[in-house]
Amino acid sequence: MKLFLKIWRQLNASSKGEMVNYEIDGISEQMSFLEMLDLLNESLIQLGERVIEFDHDCREGICGQCGIMINGRAHGPLKHTTTCQLHMRSFKDGDTIYIEPFRAAAFPILRDLKINRKSFDAIITSGGYINAGTGQAPEANSIPITYEQSEAAFDTAACIGCGACVATCKNSSAALFTSAKVTHLSLLPQGQLEASKRVIAMVRQMDAEGFGSCSNTEACEVECPQDISVLSIAKMNYEYNKAVLLKK
Amino acid sequence: MKKIDSKIPEGPLADKWNNYKAKAKLVNPANRNKLSVIVVGTGLAGSSCAASLAEQGYNIKSFCFQDSPRRAHSVAAQGGVNASKNYKNDGDSTFRMFYDTIKGGDFRSREANVYRLAECSASLIDHAVAQGVPFAREYGGYLNNRSFGGVQVSRTFYARGQTGQQLLLGAYQSLLRQVNTGKVTMHTRHEMVELVVIDGKAKGIIARNLETGTLERHEADAVVLATGGYGKVYYLSTLAMGCNGSAIWRAHKKGAYMAGVSWIQFHPTCLPQHGENQSKLTLMSESLRNDGRIWVSKKVGDDRLPNSIPEEERDYYLERRYPAFGNLAPRDISSRAAKERIDAGFGAGAMKNAVYLDFSKAIIAQGVDKIKAKYSNLFSMYEKINGIDAYKEPMLISPAAHFTMGGLWVDYELMTTIPGLFALGEANFSDHGANRLGANSLLQACVDGYFIAPYTIPNYLSGELKTDKITTDHPAFAEAEIAARRQLDRFLNTKGKFSADYFHKKTGKLLYEKCGLSRSKENLEEAIISLKLLKESFEKDLLITGDDTLNSELEKAGRVADYIELAELMCHDALQREESCGAHFREEYQTTEGEAVRNDSDFCYVSAWEWKGAQQPPELYKEPLTFESVELAVRSYK
Repeated sequence: MKLFLKIWRQLNASSKGEMVNYEIDGISEQMSFLEMLDLLNESLIQLGERVIEFDHDCREGICGQCGIMINGRAHGPLKHTTTCQLHMRSFKDGDTIYIEPFRAAAFPILRDLKINRKSFDAIITSGGYINAGTGQAPEANSIPITYEQSEAAFDTAACIGCGACVATCKNSSAALFTSAKVTHLSLLPQGQLEASKRVIAMVRQMDAEGFGSCSNTEACEVECPQDISVLSIAKMNYEYNKAVLLKK
Repeated sequence: MKKIDSKIPEGPLADKWNNYKAKAKLVNPANRNKLSVIVVGTGLAGSSCAASLAEQGYNIKSFCFQDSPRRAHSVAAQGGVNASKNYKNDGDSTFRMFYDTIKGGDFRSREANVYRLAECSASLIDHAVAQGVPFAREYGGYLNNRSFGGVQVSRTFYARGQTGQQLLLGAYQSLLRQVNTGKVTMHTRHEMVELVVIDGKAKGIIARNLETGTLERHEADAVVLATGGYGKVYYLSTLAMGCNGSAIWRAHKKGAYMAGVSWIQFHPTCLPQHGENQSKLTLMSESLRNDGRIWVSKKVGDDRLPNSIPEEERDYYLERRYPAFGNLAPRDISSRAAKERIDAGFGAGAMKNAVYLDFSKAIIAQGVDKIKAKYSNLFSMYEKINGIDAYKEPMLISPAAHFTMGGLWVDYELMTTIPGLFALGEANFSDHGANRLGANSLLQACVDGYFIAPYTIPNYLSGELKTDKITTDHPAFAEAEIAARRQLDRFLNTKGKFSADYFHKKTGKLLYEKCGLSRSKENLEEAIISLKLLKESFEKDLLITGDDTLNSELEKAGRVADYIELAELMCHDALQREESCGAHFREEYQTTEGEAVRNDSDFCYVSAWEWKGAQQPPELYKEPLTFESVELAVRSYK
């Protein structure tokens, strides 16, 4: 198939970007979206031009490094799919596709479609863990966890940290990302002791990184590749309010 | 000539690790702040090592080429992690796990290392649970297990089909916790381009900041490479696009030996290649073989759709050749059997490069709901990629390059032949012999990083307290930086006609044909010549656009340059080893029925190779393997 692409090109964080038109032919429907971009880059190299920079790594939907706005939707038209899992059979001959980076003040653009998501690491660094040093652990089965509890914790632990939730949110809020980790750890008995301290630190860091507030539009849940529920945001708010109220 | 000493501790097998720990030298807590360690790579091995050393009080500089340490490819492991907890009361023990692993590796690994791996496995599960890793549970609240290929007990712990992701997030969180304490400095989007060796010891690295292109000098008292495997040398593989062998290869060129280089595991259940522009062969979990039957048509070049090929015209070749194990034969054997059928012209699919994995019988026997409950995520992944409903039509699968048993040669302390340079996880060669068992790779990466390196690295560091501190003004840093700069300039100035990917694909195709699932003297000799020609072509025909700032093509060029050289060493290694063992199958050494023939009298050793320069063949050193606790046996799955 033949496609008309409008792709965001931007040299660095401080320069002004623009949409640039490209045409590409000979795309088969079995190709993945990123393989289509590989092919376009190969043709740019042959023309002596700089390639389009985009982030990707595992190409099987788990590392969370890819992430592009495709026709205005994070990771493209399919639900619960990462950009790398999107295939060209979702498009048809003659389509025009708009390709842009994830946009948020806390995700500055590095070049073209590549962004900086260090703000996510900063949120985890502020407290997104259990303080268990190597060598301190008790026998694993001494901490029984019900099947339901463990599965519920897993539902949020599955977050891949791609940032689609932020890119989709009109406020660029990182509430879904932050709440996923808060919920994962606060649902488990191992994580209870530090739950209050953790949620306060993480929420403060989230605000400090320049993410917007959550206004409950639930748009993030729709685009989340791991189908993480917005109920985790409610859980985070509950944990946060409880922590603030009970703080000594 | 460097001596090759594996430094196995004295004593009976079961006491060796305790003996080592009892005698290992320590560093006083007050002195640890004076010592620093560079850890390259943030997968399970790198993150766990960096976090554990930082907890002890050492200063750590951690590097990864990805945008966050959480992206490292450990994240993609699906199935599980083995541990001899014996929670199922089904006869598991440290010795049993040790034996399964050493047999699975076709008796080409060190007894002492493998025993230690099994010994430390239980602590890993304890630690991961303490970190909050949501392993599968039974309704009573205790941990659940499942069984994996090549063993007769249930010792695999799992977190849905995302065990690697959950273990990695546990290690990543421990790492960032130490970033918060200030003991770890994180350098994301940085790639190691040179190792700095001073007075024979590893003392630092040159790293390229991939956001700006700047070359940076970093010094330390020891350097750890935990950079994963090099299976991406085949281009089409189950690995992430950025996975590379550059850090270990550059260390190799500075004097670290490489061992078991050609031992590459081909995973039997991957999605086949469908076209020339494909970038990746996605893995489908091995667990599918529990209910799926593998077959091809009995007719060469059969163009019929699978569902219109009648039962009597189907060849269930694994069941036919290995009736005892059938569709659950080990990975190396299943992959080879598939290749045999495909090469003989019985392959399925548009490119005739695949075999069928058929669930129709299981669906009739168990009902579609049961199959859905077990595999729905895999079936939907298959449909996402291929647009085919595997409940109605057999899956098409094919073997793909997956895991590298080979890597940097390390002694019992995980130290390479360069003092102060350690290699952890898949980057070293140590524990899997010639074939890795399923669910042992996550284990090895974690055990190396959490439980072994935190003893062996301080043992080395204790001697470094007294040596003079080196700064990045040392001429060795300048020299290494100039070498790195020169290479980058050369890539940018070659102005040839082919992209880095072009050369990468050529290397991969050549290896699949000549040094893949089966090898022969003739093919390997041809491959060595072809790789030399490819290298010459790379040096004059490479075309890199853009400049020396943020430039993914320039990153690729460095990795491909290393892959071409590494591929040649793989062929030398495969050529020299005149036997078939594990994943290494030499066509000359097989029975009349096509089974592998190992040669214990001549090849019961580890091949460790020294780099002698681009114009010289590598030099071989042999580390004999002695077996005191097990008897060498022929692996049979018939």
